[in-house]
Amino acid sequence: MRFTPDHEWVRLEGELAMVGITEHAAAALGDIVYLEIKAPGTQLAKGDILGVVESVKAASEIYAPIAGVVAEANTRAIDDPTLIGQAPEGDGWLARLQPSDSSEIDALMDADAYRALLDSLGADQ
Amino acid sequence: MPEPVVPTRKTPLSFAHEALGARIAPFAGYAMPLHYPSGVLAEHRWTRTHAGLFDVSHMGVAFVQLDRGSPDAEVDYRRLAELIEPLVCGDLHALRPGELRYSLLLNETGGIVDDLLVGRPSGPLLQGSLLLVVNAATKERDFALIAETLGDAVQIDWRDPWGMMALQGPEAASVLEAMCPGVSELGFMQFAPRDWRGQSIWVSRSGYTGEDGFEILVPPDAAPSFWDALLQDARVRPVGLAARDSLRLEAGLPLYGHDLGPDTSPIEAGLGFAVHRRRREAGNLRGHARLAHERAEGPSRIRVGLRVLEGAPAREGAVIARDGEPVGVVTSGGFSPTLGIPIAMGFVPPSLSASGTRLEVIVRDRAQAAEVVPLPFVPHRYVRHTHAGDMHALHTRP
Repeated sequence: MRFTPDHEWVRLEGELAMVGITEHAAAALGDIVYLEIKAPGTQLAKGDILGVVESVKAASEIYAPIAGVVAEANTRAIDDPTLIGQAPEGDGWLARLQPSDSSEIDALMDADAYRALLDSLGADQ
Repeated sequence: MPEPVVPTRKTPLSFAHEALGARIAPFAGYAMPLHYPSGVLAEHRWTRTHAGLFDVSHMGVAFVQLDRGSPDAEVDYRRLAELIEPLVCGDLHALRPGELRYSLLLNETGGIVDDLLVGRPSGPLLQGSLLLVVNAATKERDFALIAETLGDAVQIDWRDPWGMMALQGPEAASVLEAMCPGVSELGFMQFAPRDWRGQSIWVSRSGYTGEDGFEILVPPDAAPSFWDALLQDARVRPVGLAARDSLRLEAGLPLYGHDLGPDTSPIEAGLGFAVHRRRREAGNLRGHARLAHERAEGPSRIRVGLRVLEGAPAREGAVIARDGEPVGVVTSGGFSPTLGIPIAMGFVPPSLSASGTRLEVIVRDRAQAAEVVPLPFVPHRYVRHTHAGDMHALHTRP
């Protein structure tokens, strides 16, 4: 699993890259009440808006961690967005992308680097 | 990026929030609890079903009295009401001891400078004075305006930093009754001084959630122990500002700086009830011309409730449209935990304000269906006592 500075994670499963938000992001957002993901087939450059999660408090955009095409949204999480808060790095994943170049994933932060980023932000977990 | 400036103002309860593990955020210059570890949804639902405890010490609370009082509190009150009334739109003369009233500070063009509670104290303490409770973000300006307008004629006894707590929910009355016997005899929008462990506190039956409940003003040194004593009751849980906002939105209550502002008239905001008829007919109100015009011709826009029928919550600033044409703007919006759907308040032309009117809200460039619904979204559950004897019983209690 790799991580972005925007607190998303991405993991290659077969040909597709699974994307979600980190435990840290889920805790910071609080109760999530809404998930929206771009329609399947949407071509995204790295950093484009992949979707939006909304908590009771606010909306937060989700950015594509790598370039690719939206293959699938997590319809279970769209129907029950609380899943994202309960298991952000598991059943509460957000979308699957068909990567343009799967080696982009390797260039992202590994768990240690992400941990170091959180430490530098003063995160308490 | 520079580090955000950490707000330095704390309330008498800040240590308690930290100990409870609250997520702290800046609000109106204070470090306030946004939510506790249980989360916004749980806190919101707890308040609707049990009793939520809120720190609202950031609000502006003051007792105003004549600089030179007479031995007759009734005479003093009349003179004070005479002085303060031009600043607000209500009828202060009609206030009876122990009553609170919702009122508005208006500017010369009939816009709302702030909304506030005014109260006439009962009992031996502070007779002949007036209690004012104003919004946190506007309190300096409000009290400066009052001081400037009234000059040496009045003294403003600003209760800062005092502890102000709100206990809200269907179990609030039985919880507080156990700590402060007699408070359940108060009706909605009544208040009284009480004694708690030798401290003089003020209790009002009021709030900002639509539930039955109380707001309690406690001296700063006693505030943490009062807070802790309330939390000893298993029916009480702490609730942060995020749920305070979702609760007041469901209750259809406007928030100053969002739904109300210096360009908004009371009539547009649906707060015409706060503009007293005697004042209106006498024409001695700030912004009289606009208010009279809007009352005769109707305002150009009016505050409505919206159920968002599909898609994402429509937040403050979202455009309201009709068949693709912009007709208004959302001033408060979010997800309703009680209804399980997004809800919003906003302003639209009166011709589009009838319940059932189909409109759209534009969220991230996409039109989502919405419908005008009556306010409040969730029914109020205020407890009103109409018998004068209730107040009498309270004040004669030893």
